[in-house]
Amino acid sequence: MGIDFELLHKMKGVIECPIPDRDIRRFDANLRLFPPFIDNDLCPLTIKNTILQSCYLRNTEWVCGVAVYTGNETKLGMSRGIPEPKLTAVDAMIDKLTGAIFVFQIVVVIVLGIAGNVWKDTEAVKQWYVLYPKEGPWYELLVIPLRFELLCSIMIPISIKVSLDLVKSLYAKFIDWDNQMIDQETSTRSHATNTAISEDLGQVEYILTDKTGTLTENRMIFRRCCIGGIFYGNESGDALKDVELLNAVSSGSSDVIRFVTVMAICNTVIPVKSKTGAISYKAQSQDEDALVQAAACLHMVFVNKNANTLEINFNASIIQYEVLDTLEFTSDRKRMSVVVKDCQNGKIFLLSKGADEAIIPYACAGQQTRTFTEAVDQYSQLGLRTLCLAWRELKEDEYQDWSLMFKEANSTLVDREWRLAEVCQRLEHDLEILGVTAIEDRLQDGVPETIETLRKAGINFWMLTGDKQNTAIQIALSCNFISPEPKGQLLLINGKTEDEVGRSLDRVLLTMRITTSEPKDVAFVIDGWALEIALKHYRKVFTELAILSRTALCCRVTPSQKAQLVEILKSCDYRTLAIGDGGNDVRMIQQADIGVGISGREGLQAARAADYSIGKFRFLKRLILVHGRYSYNRTAFLSQYSFYKSLLICFIQIFFSFISGVSGTSLFNSVSLMAYNVFYTSIPVLVSVLDKDLSEKTVMQHPQILFYCQAGRLLNPSTFAGWFGRSLFHAIVVFVISIHAYAYEKSEMEEVSMVALSGCIWLQAFVVTIETNSFTVLQHLAIWGNLAAFYIINWILSAVPASGLYTIMFRLCTQPSYWITMFLIVVTGMGPVLAIKYFRYTYRPSKINTLQQAERLGGPILSLGNIEPQPRSIEKDVSPLSITLPKNRNPVYEPLLSDSPNSTRKSFGSSTTFDFFPSQSRLSSSYSRNCKDN
Amino acid sequence: MSSNVPSSSSGAAGSADSSAPRRNSKRPKYSRFTQQELPACKPILTPRWVISAFMLVGIIFIPIGVAALFASREVVEIVDRYETECIPEEFRNDKVNYIQKPGNKPCNRTLTVPKKMKQPIYVYYQLDNFYQNHRRYVKSRSDEQLRNNDSASDTSDCKPEDYANGAPIVPCGLIAWSLFNDTYNFSRNNEQLSLNKKGISWKSDREHKFGKDVYPKNFQNGTLIGGAHLNESIPLSEQEDLIVWMRTAALPTFRKLYGKIEVDLQINDTIQVSLENNYNTYSFNGKKKLVLSTTSWLGGKNDFLGIAYLTVGGICIFLAMAFTVVYLVKPRRLGDPSYLSWNRNPGGH
Repeated sequence: MGIDFELLHKMKGVIECPIPDRDIRRFDANLRLFPPFIDNDLCPLTIKNTILQSCYLRNTEWVCGVAVYTGNETKLGMSRGIPEPKLTAVDAMIDKLTGAIFVFQIVVVIVLGIAGNVWKDTEAVKQWYVLYPKEGPWYELLVIPLRFELLCSIMIPISIKVSLDLVKSLYAKFIDWDNQMIDQETSTRSHATNTAISEDLGQVEYILTDKTGTLTENRMIFRRCCIGGIFYGNESGDALKDVELLNAVSSGSSDVIRFVTVMAICNTVIPVKSKTGAISYKAQSQDEDALVQAAACLHMVFVNKNANTLEINFNASIIQYEVLDTLEFTSDRKRMSVVVKDCQNGKIFLLSKGADEAIIPYACAGQQTRTFTEAVDQYSQLGLRTLCLAWRELKEDEYQDWSLMFKEANSTLVDREWRLAEVCQRLEHDLEILGVTAIEDRLQDGVPETIETLRKAGINFWMLTGDKQNTAIQIALSCNFISPEPKGQLLLINGKTEDEVGRSLDRVLLTMRITTSEPKDVAFVIDGWALEIALKHYRKVFTELAILSRTALCCRVTPSQKAQLVEILKSCDYRTLAIGDGGNDVRMIQQADIGVGISGREGLQAARAADYSIGKFRFLKRLILVHGRYSYNRTAFLSQYSFYKSLLICFIQIFFSFISGVSGTSLFNSVSLMAYNVFYTSIPVLVSVLDKDLSEKTVMQHPQILFYCQAGRLLNPSTFAGWFGRSLFHAIVVFVISIHAYAYEKSEMEEVSMVALSGCIWLQAFVVTIETNSFTVLQHLAIWGNLAAFYIINWILSAVPASGLYTIMFRLCTQPSYWITMFLIVVTGMGPVLAIKYFRYTYRPSKINTLQQAERLGGPILSLGNIEPQPRSIEKDVSPLSITLPKNRNPVYEPLLSDSPNSTRKSFGSSTTFDFFPSQSRLSSSYSRNCKDN
Repeated sequence: MSSNVPSSSSGAAGSADSSAPRRNSKRPKYSRFTQQELPACKPILTPRWVISAFMLVGIIFIPIGVAALFASREVVEIVDRYETECIPEEFRNDKVNYIQKPGNKPCNRTLTVPKKMKQPIYVYYQLDNFYQNHRRYVKSRSDEQLRNNDSASDTSDCKPEDYANGAPIVPCGLIAWSLFNDTYNFSRNNEQLSLNKKGISWKSDREHKFGKDVYPKNFQNGTLIGGAHLNESIPLSEQEDLIVWMRTAALPTFRKLYGKIEVDLQINDTIQVSLENNYNTYSFNGKKKLVLSTTSWLGGKNDFLGIAYLTVGGICIFLAMAFTVVYLVKPRRLGDPSYLSWNRNPGGH
């Protein structure tokens, strides 16, 4: 503003700002400085003038500022909030089981409490040595139930929470450590921010993915353009190498020069000159960066930006422009413009660029826009991102009038965004369209393979993108997202009004219902506008559609719509995973059960908000199939085992109460009980975090095996019932053998208690052993070391005269009958378990068992297509598609959109063919949906 | 893997891409643990393995079972239930009243030795339906008081037998109070059989749990008399009947050592037992038995282990054979990929 450096501290003024809120993209405030500085002029402040808390300064040495919000009222402080804790499906199931056990415990307490009181009134009064008082206060009745409550309180394992937290943090560490999930280009590791939800990764049913930067590299390269009806770059695939374009630039064709000028200056890019003189660009948007780079290649070098002055170096001559106003890009407006003044002749221009539907309707009356529309269509068929460039010369007074309105709108405090859009609209009309740019965004390595593998694993994919429908469809085709005809079918939902959308939805739903029995990839496509209506008025129908459809493409959707879609799937009880890379994905990522952020070029916003951040999309495969699956399996075992061991000891206590006059005597002393839960039984099971039922390679080859995790086959009430039964059986074994082997003269309390406890410890060591699939050194160490530690600890306790266990363990260990009893307990307890497991394993094998056998016997593993990543080049992706590219547009131009109004008849035709030849179509399908038939 | 990782990271460091997050500074060294690649043994349940495991267990179990059964059968045991017989006929309708009367209640029993019994012969008394493990009972003791002379007043756990006549009871508590007080005297052919009552309790208890300088005080002085009286001039560490009794039993049927006969008894020897029937088990219909027993390497006479071993061993061998038969009749190739039918019928929601 040109204020003297010394005067800065004397500056006085007022800042009008809204009350603190959490929106970090907006700050609608005004600055009013007191004289003698700027006489009462309103100076609008936006988010651009603000530095958010904990930001770093770059490219400048100092800034001068005023603290507006402080402490917890800063934008970041407000938006920090308390993140809603995410509960995994496994945790929810464990909570449910805990509830069931709690009810069981209450029932046991009530039954035993009543039995205890009855026994007391009938029998204990005769047992003179117990000296029950004849008359007691009424609450004496409660004493026995409360004692049983104390005894049974160990039924719900407290240690499960601690163990689960421990192993969950280890799962997260394994993700952090994984060397196979390092992005070699940027050496970005994968990172698990949320350490508590790894199991959910193994239970994902829907993946909602962003397109740009997630499936694609978000490295924009300018490929083609259409200037004034002439196509450049169609032959070579690279406009910058197109001789015609280079010639046109050097010959000074005015259309081309204007086009390139708009490319170079209609943006918010800041050129940075390094010490060597090379210019690099700091751009917020990758598209702008690509355009500026391309302009530089066409000899229009954007050299410098100084306050409001731009310098362009064109063919070695410097041209200066003064930027008067910047009409910023918003996702609603879908275009941005700058108003510049040519410093040489003082002319004012409006330069615009934006999506075709945001530019072409505003073309000046006389202009033919058909070639541009065609160009846009053609480019988006190729999967290229298109931008239309346009300009208009402004008259001095027109600009001045508008400028006042703009300034006023800029300083409103309420609805500024909307007001600004309205004012901008007043300037952006009668544009002269210069041309269309096509920018390529390459697919990331391994994306098609990843999607294919994960879909085999029964995961449904939805693509939510802000891009055009055609671009989205092309990208979806090239990354196996949808299959081309006739294997796949795209159903289009469109319409501008409520009725149209409703009809379209019904039609699609009908087709979808018909084709669910077909082994056909049916996907629906919906754009943002129709989605808005569908979500508002036809939520139920849309939800049904969402359930039926494996694949969906949602184009032109806003961040909040993305979040709404996640919400819909979540409301149907599906486990959703949202993956994205940019700020517009943050809401979706936070909304989903699992949010995965790609730490890519659009900054770290998504990665910060996400539960997991990975470097590349292809790591998702490993994240889900390896880490998610193992985590689920391990937690399923660990949690059920924790219940098993608690129930085991508790059942023994309950049985003991039947031979101790239902009085609530504890067979085990408190030290043993405590050590049993936190020590003897926790350590061996913790090493189950190293257990792998199948090798990573097998899982990658047979991703279908993830079905067991998705459907919750390893942790559900029926598997839990198995563990419950096992603990009951083992309790009976331990109890019956202990009291019979140690009867009569050997029935000393401490000895019997220690025999029973050792029996439990031995059994649990073997239970862990039989449930472990792969033994590493650590597992052997933990299981057998724990058994040894049990004896060592009890020997130590037995050496302390003051302890109740004094000499007990030494006495027992010298008795042959003790060891014989242990041996008997182990064989009786484990024999049936082994027999049943063997029988199931051999004669009723699950898919997991079959794969285990195949893997370990080295037998033939049926490989359903090798899914090793193959290097894919851009040519390979684009060329087969460009074959189908028609030069002229006709009604059957979009073969995929068979439900579009143009080709409705055709789609009916194809579906009837399938009705006639269902067997043939089944043969042609390589896979079909893994249904949840549990 | 380890070789190409550093090269790529240095390459990235050299590039000017400053937007890339720098997390590689904390890169841990490649290790098999962090990559979950520890060498692992992955056993599977092959028929051969499972069948031989069951067979092996069966083969081991049956000899042990036979040995255990032999050991148990070698033990010679004389059990004499006397609680009813030792009540004179006229009192049998009201046994409780009889037993609670003051005065001696002598009783004579005759035992015949069925087999030669080698010394030492252990003399036990067995009580049935006596809940030494009742919660109210088992807690009612003060270990501190038993061990330490200074802690005589440490009777907080002993209620209701903690104080009598305003003074703490030593030893306090229900267990000590209900000390068993039947006495036995043995004679063979009118010749007194000496009964060794030293060393019947655990050595560790005598030395560490019951104090050498703790003497019974104020014991059985209350309004209710429970069981036996104690000689107040003998320290607790030598009151071995009390020490044995205080080792509470976990089961309602239990035997406690009364003494040892240290001579061999010959077959058909008759042994006269003159006992004093003092202990009241009549109010709760408890049985009292006198047991003379030898011992084996496995302990007293208890067929349970032997029978259990034979049964379990037999079942194991049966299972092994059954599995073999099933395996031979219906062989099934493990890991057959034809069981992997991913293409299940679609649409079966």
